[in-house]
Parts: sequence; structure tokens; C-alpha cells
Amino acid sequence: MSKRSLNNQKDRWFQYFGIFSTLIGLILLALFIFQITRDGIGRIDWDFIVSLPSRFYAKAGILPAWTGTLWIFALTAIIVIPIGVGAGIYLQEYAKKGRLSNILEINIANLAGVPSIIYGIIGLEIFVRVLQMGGSLLAGAFTLALLILPIIIVATREAFKAVPKSIKEASYGLGATKWQTIWYQILPIASANIITGVILALARAIGETAPLIVIGALAYVPFVAKSPMDEFTVLPMQIFNWVSRPQHGFLMNAAAAILVLLVFVFILNGIAVYLRNRSRKKFGL
Amino acid sequence: MKKLSLLAVTLFSASLLISSCGNTKSEQNADASNMTISIDGSSTVYPITEAVAEMYRSEAPDVKVTVGVSGTGGGFKKFGRGETEISDASRAIKEKEIALCKENNISYEELSVAYDGLAVIANPENNWLETITVAELKKIWEPAAQGVIMKWNQIRPEWPNEEIHLYGPGVASGTYDYFTEAIVGESGKSRGDFTASEDDNVLVQGIAGDKFGLGFFGIAYYEENMGKLKLVKVDNGKGGVAPSLETVMDGTYSPLARPLFIYVNSVAATKKHVVDFVNFYLANAGNLAKEVGYIPLRAEEYKAQQDKFAAFLKSLETAK
Repeated sequence: MSKRSLNNQKDRWFQYFGIFSTLIGLILLALFIFQITRDGIGRIDWDFIVSLPSRFYAKAGILPAWTGTLWIFALTAIIVIPIGVGAGIYLQEYAKKGRLSNILEINIANLAGVPSIIYGIIGLEIFVRVLQMGGSLLAGAFTLALLILPIIIVATREAFKAVPKSIKEASYGLGATKWQTIWYQILPIASANIITGVILALARAIGETAPLIVIGALAYVPFVAKSPMDEFTVLPMQIFNWVSRPQHGFLMNAAAAILVLLVFVFILNGIAVYLRNRSRKKFGL
Repeated sequence: MKKLSLLAVTLFSASLLISSCGNTKSEQNADASNMTISIDGSSTVYPITEAVAEMYRSEAPDVKVTVGVSGTGGGFKKFGRGETEISDASRAIKEKEIALCKENNISYEELSVAYDGLAVIANPENNWLETITVAELKKIWEPAAQGVIMKWNQIRPEWPNEEIHLYGPGVASGTYDYFTEAIVGESGKSRGDFTASEDDNVLVQGIAGDKFGLGFFGIAYYEENMGKLKLVKVDNGKGGVAPSLETVMDGTYSPLARPLFIYVNSVAATKKHVVDFVNFYLANAGNLAKEVGYIPLRAEEYKAQQDKFAAFLKSLETAK
């Protein structure tokens, strides 16, 4: 066999391996969605969306859960965007390269790997007890904001790195200050990638259960939260609660609630993809 | 670009505003809290409390009852700090937890609201096990059994020479505490080499797929999965008894029938809406417990709990 045909063969095998690897992920997701849809689709109707939890599984709904998830989503975004993007810009553009910034960088990367329940314990001590927020939506949002902060810092930095150097140099060349360069030139171009990162991070946050259980998210909440200081539940809590019930009907409810959460996450990811594509076109990146 | 900066500034100030108004709000909560009841604790008791809270809503729609599932231990931690009015518990309060309550000047009353039967469960293909004695259960589960009692025929010679696979609830659960106390004799002490899960449905799946499996969990999980599981009778010296509504209520299913409790904070018990709720709880727990898969107390036992609560209220009156 000539060297060339051997190389061609290697090429083909690698391609097969690549297709196989991709399919594993897709098939698993498809199986999961199929199973959840089979179990849960029959339970989803308007009543399920607008009803309170109940001891009768056929009457139970997810109103407090999905509204709680919306609250948590919005509050977490409000808290985490300025802090995360600010920290990212500082580390990327202002911080002097040196030992200190290296230590900071490594630690932020480490933070991203800390198990989420640890953030729950921190949140319980700082937000719930010391800052006296109680088991409120605000305490939950702050805890989740901490959890996804490293992801957003990293996303911001990557987005800044992706902006062509020539733009920055041109801006300086025209006499703009550093702040003007960041604010008028780099941030607008980087914003789509930042927003993409933020949305993906928030999609992770609304799927979290463990830290919220620790800070005291509830299982039975018979009302829709009206202020950030209200006690709350979220979809993953409701799912967790139903999954561990003995009656089969509650398992169906859990599947239906998972579907609702999935739709939510898919919509968020869709928005992220849309924004990324739009900005690529706009700035010709 | 102006828009973007405006947005950023608004978001930032909004977050400051919200966090600052948070503080004033929690102070106001002290006044508004007279119409809320926060309950936390055992996930085993949760379905009953949820049912009571749901029913109570039609009785008193203004009272906001919330229920959490931190577990019996997690619930007592909050109860002992005065963060909750009522704590759900699937076992009695422990020394350590009593000390926490004392430290924070919290007194309380314990009320039992229903029974739960712990079922000993095997695989339906298991054709050798019908009845197991308490002594045999102890031999299987005690700490000394770890690494020693590994095969069925070590328990009874006529049983198969096959490995025994054990399943049980997680060590943080009240169910585990109760089982070890009743069987091993000391709460929280058992062998560690068994498959543990906080989610009893996982145990159901495990035993249903394991011919040589043996485990225990709340009877409601057996009743929902009868076709997949085999209920084992427990012999406490008077012949084998299977757990059921009758045998748990009349006390013949022993020692694996346990009472479920709620603990009421004494400060909360000075508020009318909490007293009303607890009375409503005791009056309806029987029917509701049955509905969600538990076993009610006998009528006279509920009466005794109501009297106990009334006496507790009276003692608070006189203390004032």
C-alpha cells in the first residue's frame, strides 16, 4: 500500500470517528427528549401552566415554579452582568500582566470548577444570614450570580480578545482615550459574544437545584412571588420534588415540568445563536 | 451606543436599589409575617403537610403557608434558629438539636400526625425469603456486618450461596435514622457498604432489577410498585407480620412502624393563625395522610395530640 493511500485511509477513519462522536451526543439528547416527551406531553395543558401545586397529581401545576424561574433569571442577570462584564474588562484591558493577575486568572478558572452546592453554602451564610435576605428570590439570585460569575468573566475576556487589534490601534491612533476605545469601539463589537456567554451562563443557572435547596428554596409555594424579597420555588425544585414522590402520576408531572424547562433553555440558546450570527454579519467577523 | 451605556447604568443602579430596599423590606416583614407560616423539614412528612396546606388555603386564603424539604436534620437547624414556625420531622428531635433550640431560647411542642411503615423489600424472583426476623435484620445491617455478612446463606444456611445486595435510604434521612435505631439499636449506626439513595424511587428500581437485592423504604413506595417488588414479613418474636394500614395502626407491625411529627415553635403558637393551622392539621391529617400514602393515627390518638397542643397553649398563657 502506498503511503498516500494509507494516509487517505487514516483520513477516512478519522472522519468516521468524528461523525460517531457527534452522533453519541445527539442520540443521547434525542433519546432523553423522546422519553421525557412520551411521559410528559400528555400532562401539559393550560391548567398545568397556571395551577398551584397540589396533592392530586392531576390537578397540580407549575405556576409558582415557572414564575419563580423567570424571577431568578431576571434578577440574576441584573446582578451578574455589570459585575461579570466589569471584572472581565478590567482583567483584559486594565490589569497589569504580572504575578497578581496570574493568580487572579487561575483562581477565576478554579472558581468555575467549584461544585454548585458549595456556592449554596456560601450563599446561605452571606446572603441569607449575614445580609438578612432570608430564603428570598434575591438571596437565590445573588447565589446563582456568584455561581456563573466566572463563566461571564471568561466570556467577556474571550469576546474582547476576538476583537481585531487593528480596531484598537486605529482608535488610539485617532487620539481616543482608553475608555473611549473600550466603550465606543471594542465593547460594541464584543457585545454579541458577551451576550451569548451571558445567556448560556444564565441557562445553566436556571437549571440549578442544589444551591437553591441549601439557601432554602421551598417545595410548596401557593403564590406567585411579587417582590424580590418573597420566598420562592423554581422549576428544578418542583421537578426534584415530584421525581421523589411514590405516585407514578407525579413522575409524569415531573416529565412535563422538565419539558417546560427544556423549552425555556432552548429559547435562551436560540437567542444566543441568533445574536452571535447577527453580530458576525454586522461587523464582518 | 448611548442606549447601551444607559442600559448598563440602569441595570447597575437597579441592582443597587433592589439590594438596598431588600434591607428595609426584611424589617417590614416582621409586621407582615403575622399572616405567613413557614414550614420546613422532612421530605417524608412533606406530602402530608403539603396536602394540609393546600386544603387550608380554601379555609383561610389570606394565610400564606410555605413548605420546604430540607430534610429532618436540615429543618431542625432552621427551626432551632427560629427561622421557621413549624418543622416536619420523620424522627424525634435529637439531643444536639434540642441544645440548638435552648441556645436560641426556642421552646416547642412535638405533635405526631401520622404513621409511616418501613417496608422490607426483596425482588419478586426471590423465592426463599418470606419472613425475616428482627435479629436477622440486625445481623445484616449492624456495623460489624460490613465485609463479613456478604452472602444470603450466612443469615440462614438454607438460603442460597449468593451475594446479598443491600439498598437503603441515604444516611442523612430520617428514614435511615429510624431504621438503624429500631433494628441495630443505635440511630445512625449501620454498615456502610450498601447502595444508598436519597430518592426512594431509585431504590425501587435497584431492587426491582436485582434478584439478590434486599432493602427498606417507606411503604407508599411499595404500594405504588407492587408488581415489581416483593414485600417481606417482619417477625419480632410473634410471627411474621406484613405492614399494612391495619397492622401499623394497631401496633402489631413492630418495630418498623414509626410516627411522623410536626414541631411547633412556642412563639409562633401565640399567633392565632398558627394555632388555627395546627388545629386544622390535626383535624385533617388522618384523611389526608391516607390520601398521600401514609397511615393515620387512631381517632383517640389524634384526640390525645389535640389535647396535648391545647395544654401547650395553656402553659404558654400562664407563662405570660
